[in-house]
Amino acid sequence: MVEASDGPPSAESARRAVEAVWRIESARIVGALARHTGDFALAEDVAQEAVAEALVTWSRDGAPANPVGWLLTTARRRAIDSFRRRSALDERYAALAGQLGEGEASSGAASRSGADDLLWDPDRVDDDILALMFVACHPVLSPEARVALTLRVVGGLGSEEIARAFLVPVPTVQARITRAKKTIAAAGVPFELPPAEDRRERLGGVLSVLYVIFTEGSTATAGDRLLRPDVAYEAIRLARMLTALLPDQPEVHGLLALFELTAARFPARTGPDGEAVLLEDQDRRLWDRSAIRRGQAALGRASMLGRGLGPYGLQASIAACHASAPSVPATDWERVVLLYEALGRVAPSPVVELNRAVAVAMAQGPLEALSLVDELVASDRLSGSYLLPSVRGELLIRLGRPAEARAELELAARLCRNARERSVLLRKAAGLE
Amino acid sequence: MAKYMLIMRGTDESVAKMMDTPFEQMLELMGRFNEELIRAGVLVAAEGLDDPSQGVVVDFGGETPVVTDGPYGETKELFGGYYIIDVASKEEAVEWAKRIPAMAGSKCEIRRVPGIDEFPQDNEWVVMERAWRERTGQL
Repeated sequence: MVEASDGPPSAESARRAVEAVWRIESARIVGALARHTGDFALAEDVAQEAVAEALVTWSRDGAPANPVGWLLTTARRRAIDSFRRRSALDERYAALAGQLGEGEASSGAASRSGADDLLWDPDRVDDDILALMFVACHPVLSPEARVALTLRVVGGLGSEEIARAFLVPVPTVQARITRAKKTIAAAGVPFELPPAEDRRERLGGVLSVLYVIFTEGSTATAGDRLLRPDVAYEAIRLARMLTALLPDQPEVHGLLALFELTAARFPARTGPDGEAVLLEDQDRRLWDRSAIRRGQAALGRASMLGRGLGPYGLQASIAACHASAPSVPATDWERVVLLYEALGRVAPSPVVELNRAVAVAMAQGPLEALSLVDELVASDRLSGSYLLPSVRGELLIRLGRPAEARAELELAARLCRNARERSVLLRKAAGLE
Repeated sequence: MAKYMLIMRGTDESVAKMMDTPFEQMLELMGRFNEELIRAGVLVAAEGLDDPSQGVVVDFGGETPVVTDGPYGETKELFGGYYIIDVASKEEAVEWAKRIPAMAGSKCEIRRVPGIDEFPQDNEWVVMERAWRERTGQL
């Protein structure tokens, strides 16, 4: 039974073993339990109880031969207990407890034949995981709750890891998850795939949760580190899972492509002291070529589906222009401008407008770009964002107007919340005379 | 994240079992596992090797290398193929290795694959290797 070869089982080795299994199997375990009990919140609760029990039991006896079966059987027993407790109040639960308990007597303990045969339905696994993603990203939940729940049940991350990823206290994450489960129960959200007419919109919701997770890793909104690659990698992993589950959805491939192509630049985006390095100053030899290739392949799959690219696919196409360019001047800026125009039509936003202005500055010149930026300033749609004054400052430098540029960059630094980005802005401002 | 190589080591017993298994069945068995690795987003590379009796060994024990036909050393625990996976921890690599549909008698050795970033970046040979990896997309 004991698998640890290096000495007796310990709390530490048990924790690592549980973590590894949970990371790989959480979605399937919670998905199978949720389908069987019809109760997502209960499924998550009993799965967490099984994990807690594993930490104790495995550190005493070593990890079992079939850890997944062990977790599943333990969680199922907890679910039966819960149904039995409730059956005093409602006979519906007694029936559920009976159904769930079937096979228990014949198979006995935590063997592969026990829980697996009963709960593991290979033909249903994909739908279970997909349903899990849709429930975790349900619109009744707050955006923060969707992120926490997705990382917990689909990604298999612990509360500590989620707290670290989003720089919030552990109790905050725990409270968010508890609250989210209560909300789902209160709203009567069923554990099933959304009906066909809602599917498109709900998928958009799932993709935007993955996007938020990735963005947190690729440009931390707060704190003193610019990048947190592990957080971004979680989003990539989840996006890869989703492309396997929904291979005919162009935007899923588009999102994965965007992640891969953006992450490819991570090694060049920070300097030796963790400072931000702008695209124009990046050593392109440090870009991860394998990630670029994977991103281009994912973008190819999105295009091949023949339904046109959506917002994520278009952003990925822009990232692909940069990825295949040997330098900033040698970038196909005309194409980048066209892609931003298309993006502005399918997903209008002032940030897209601003990025289009940056591309226009490269393709046509800073004066044309400045007039676009000034339109944005006049429309007051990006007030409070450091991006607008920072771009305006850059354009003014290129136009040979250093005094105005300096004022803009200093304004941008005051508005910027990331310490690394702020220091770049201040250094640039100080260099202007 | 870190890369791990799962090194498959077969024995006479496991090779015999594999030969007895219908080819289609082997393909399905391995295919299902490979598909799981792909779906989980962890598979980087995988290869299987040809029959060891078709191999050649170059022995550097003497003054000049000695070449012999056939398998390396004892026929037990011969290197038969590998997976490279990108995972969060050694434990996760072990957990995946336990799921390999390997034949009884075979073993899997798990070793971390250090990245090029772990070598001195100012060494000219490392610089050259890095350039080759960039050209061929193997960073």
